[in-house]
Amino acid sequence: MHSFLQGAFDPALVALSAALVIGCAGIPGLFLRKPGPGQIISTTAIILAALAGVPAALQLLFSHTATTYTLEWGLPFGSCELVIDPLSAFFLLPVFLVTAAGSLFAVGYWPAAGHRTTEPGLTFFYGLLASSMAILLMARNGVFFVMVWEVMALSAYFLLVTEHEREDVRRAGIVYLIATHTGTAALFVYFSLLAAQTGSFVLPVAGSLSALSPFAPVIALAAFVGFGAKAGIMPLHTWLPSAHANAPSHVSAVMSGVMLKMGLYGIFRTLTFFHDPPLLWGGVLTVCGISSALLGIIFAVAQRDLKRLLACSSIENIGIITTGLGVALLGVSSHNSVLMYLGMAGALLHILNHSFFKPLLFLGSGAIIHAAGTREMNLMGGLGKGMPRVGFLFLVGSVAICGIPPLNGFVSEFLLYLGFFSQLKTNSLIYLLFLAPLLALVGGLAMVAFTKLYGSVFLGTPRSPAAAYPHEAGMTMLAPMALFALLCLLVGLAPQLALRLVSPAIAAFFPQSAMAAVSAEYGAIMDKLSLAGVLLLTAAALAALLWRWRLGQARVTAAPTWGCGYQRGTARMQYGGTAFSELAVSVFDGIMRQRVERPTLTGLFPGKTRCSDTPTETLLERIIVPMFSLAGIIFGFLHRLQHGLMHIYMLYIFVTLFILMLWAN
Amino acid sequence: MTNSIIHIFLAIVMPPLLLGVIGKTKAAFAGRVGAPFVQPYYDIIRLLQKGTVFSTTTSWVFRAGPIVALATAAVAALLIPFGAHPSPISFDGDMILYAYLFALGRFFTMAAALDTGSSFEGMGSAREATYSCLAEPTLFFALITLSRLSGSYSLSGMLVNISIGVWMHTSAALLLLVGGMFVVLLAENCRIPFDDPNTHLELTMIHEVMVLDHSGPAFAIIQYAAALKLFVLGAFFVHLALPYSTGNPLLDWGLFIISMLELAVVIGAVESVMARLRLIRIPQLLVAATILAAFSTLLVIR
Repeated sequence: MHSFLQGAFDPALVALSAALVIGCAGIPGLFLRKPGPGQIISTTAIILAALAGVPAALQLLFSHTATTYTLEWGLPFGSCELVIDPLSAFFLLPVFLVTAAGSLFAVGYWPAAGHRTTEPGLTFFYGLLASSMAILLMARNGVFFVMVWEVMALSAYFLLVTEHEREDVRRAGIVYLIATHTGTAALFVYFSLLAAQTGSFVLPVAGSLSALSPFAPVIALAAFVGFGAKAGIMPLHTWLPSAHANAPSHVSAVMSGVMLKMGLYGIFRTLTFFHDPPLLWGGVLTVCGISSALLGIIFAVAQRDLKRLLACSSIENIGIITTGLGVALLGVSSHNSVLMYLGMAGALLHILNHSFFKPLLFLGSGAIIHAAGTREMNLMGGLGKGMPRVGFLFLVGSVAICGIPPLNGFVSEFLLYLGFFSQLKTNSLIYLLFLAPLLALVGGLAMVAFTKLYGSVFLGTPRSPAAAYPHEAGMTMLAPMALFALLCLLVGLAPQLALRLVSPAIAAFFPQSAMAAVSAEYGAIMDKLSLAGVLLLTAAALAALLWRWRLGQARVTAAPTWGCGYQRGTARMQYGGTAFSELAVSVFDGIMRQRVERPTLTGLFPGKTRCSDTPTETLLERIIVPMFSLAGIIFGFLHRLQHGLMHIYMLYIFVTLFILMLWAN
Repeated sequence: MTNSIIHIFLAIVMPPLLLGVIGKTKAAFAGRVGAPFVQPYYDIIRLLQKGTVFSTTTSWVFRAGPIVALATAAVAALLIPFGAHPSPISFDGDMILYAYLFALGRFFTMAAALDTGSSFEGMGSAREATYSCLAEPTLFFALITLSRLSGSYSLSGMLVNISIGVWMHTSAALLLLVGGMFVVLLAENCRIPFDDPNTHLELTMIHEVMVLDHSGPAFAIIQYAAALKLFVLGAFFVHLALPYSTGNPLLDWGLFIISMLELAVVIGAVESVMARLRLIRIPQLLVAATILAAFSTLLVIR
């Protein structure tokens, strides 16, 4: 297949055209009167483009070369270069995969017939978001990069506020908009400083800048703020849970599975510019990464909204990836090729893994919300009986995201653990070892969060009448989920293949290192891991057979769950989601608090009343919200400039530009 | 090869005997004769022959719980070395697989418990989830210390390495580790003072309450898997606490069996002289164990 493609097409051209086709896929729908055909056209186009794009990206990844196109655009910012090197090609894989799966899911989840007003816009911006992300990965001109970045950020905003008639959605949209533009402001600083260093807006080639120059820390900090805000690294994560929770589910899947990775791509790309980064950079990334992972998962444990829980767990996973990147950078600074390789392989593989299981879970949450009509986990229960297929696929995703063997999440965490342990022999950065127990704690908490999620949604009996009659999702919704579940299992059982997939991207990052020996050594370990996975499945199959045989030998009866003698148990007496996580949340009381509003009961026979609990983030409540309110008061006078008159706004831009030009001359 | 066969044979046959020894020890402390040593084997065989009652609320997840618990414990048994003999499967990083295998078993046990829709079983799994995630870091600190002492990244390398000589050098670190890991051993296997495997209906228990609705062969599998888990974690602990070896392969196997039985007696003694802790004390003890293990890590990496 590869050789055939090589003969017929240039893979870079195929990837670029696939990106453009995806961007235009939603346009016909905007002009068609009848609901339906537009969505079908768009979905078909996106899937076909992805079918061409994924092999092309794979081929580019393994070609070890970079393909360059130059666009003559006539703007005074230097030539507009589009380059696809293995690192870009690696990030292109999730873009194509998740977009295609999400658009197929949308046919069943957001059918045009039922959503006549919102569907055309949703489909259009969905294609635009995916296309802008693909082109972002190719952009090598700072100004062009920021333009594409803004297209991406704004189309995500329009997708997010699809259901803008709801107040919480509008609020989430505003918070997202502020966060993303704070990040963009940092990116303006970043690209201007870069241009000041190199003399042009064309991004510098790998390893061409010195990290010791006085500007380098400022550039790195601007990149960290700008890209970190998009990726949701602590402490720049506050916008993320509400944004991902309020978007339609297939959009959440793309935002969480792919768009967060664009922020990470920015950080990866920035780090390639510099040679000899100081230890501090790696240290900062590692500390921010592990605290994102730990705090993110603590937030997730306390949530009661299904999609908020998934969104908080994205913060955790981004944290794990950032930790890997930080560790790899420490490896570069200390000239330790094993640490560099393992950190980088763990981080990149976790990027790929997260773009398999997180979309799987978000798409699953869409199917759940369809069936139960709510996002509140405490009102669900027993959905597994009505929708067994979704239940099974969701279980695969939950096990994978907890990093448990034999699925893919375990493989990337395994590589990171090996990286931490490798410091035992070198003695140089021995305190990295303390990351291992912390990562183990993160894994344990992830299990609390996801057993809570799975248990309160799919298991037990329905806790509300709405959840009592679930229906199985249709084929268009199940097929994308099944694809992701299969990929999770594939990476889990054949980790050596996955390691081969990330190797070219690592090589692109640090071409100088002698990687062959290291990668062969860890490839052999991956073979063993794959053997253990197969062994585990065989053992489970044997145990199942033994049990089936014994079951056949004796009487099997069905009876209600044993209520310990109590006859009148109700569904509300089950352990709900909040009750399940209460103990775990109480251990981390300072970080996350379950705020319970209890009614005061009076008299012997109190009447009906309400009791409610809300999970609250201490950091957000105590520091960030007051800080923003203070900023709002201090900068209140600027409100006068803001009056909603479009032409005056344009005048502002013109005057600013004019003054700047005068100043420059 | 012979050693691998003996390893697998012991892993299959011996686990319930530990339960028998614990029971006998407790009986001796209480001044009773107690059930015979092989009582757990009788129990498991009898349960295997019984019929099954499935709750009408349950789905396939409930049925998968015991199977996964057994499969994970069985694979973990292949990774851990018994006595002075290396394990049948060993590779760099297998200790991480070992730790995460138990997580897989726990995930499915908890899911099976939640599947019954019973408030008791939900309560049990909520506790199990919290306590096990607090116990996890202790195991990792122990693995770091052992890996540092032996220079090996595999369980066989790091555990077989411990000998009287190593104890002489680093007695402080190993002593702290023995303390921390004993707490983890008791907590993970739901023994007193964390949990009481003999009660079935009290609000203070963890593991037993999660399997209330399992019956017949499924319960037999659960009992056996729990015994196997005790055996596997016990084998880890025995390496730390009783690191004797003679050099003669057969004698070493005998020594390993005796050490495991000694461990069972110690667990039985602890269960006889201690009461169960109050639930709110359990997290404190688990965090204390983590800090003990962290101290031992600091001692060896300084």
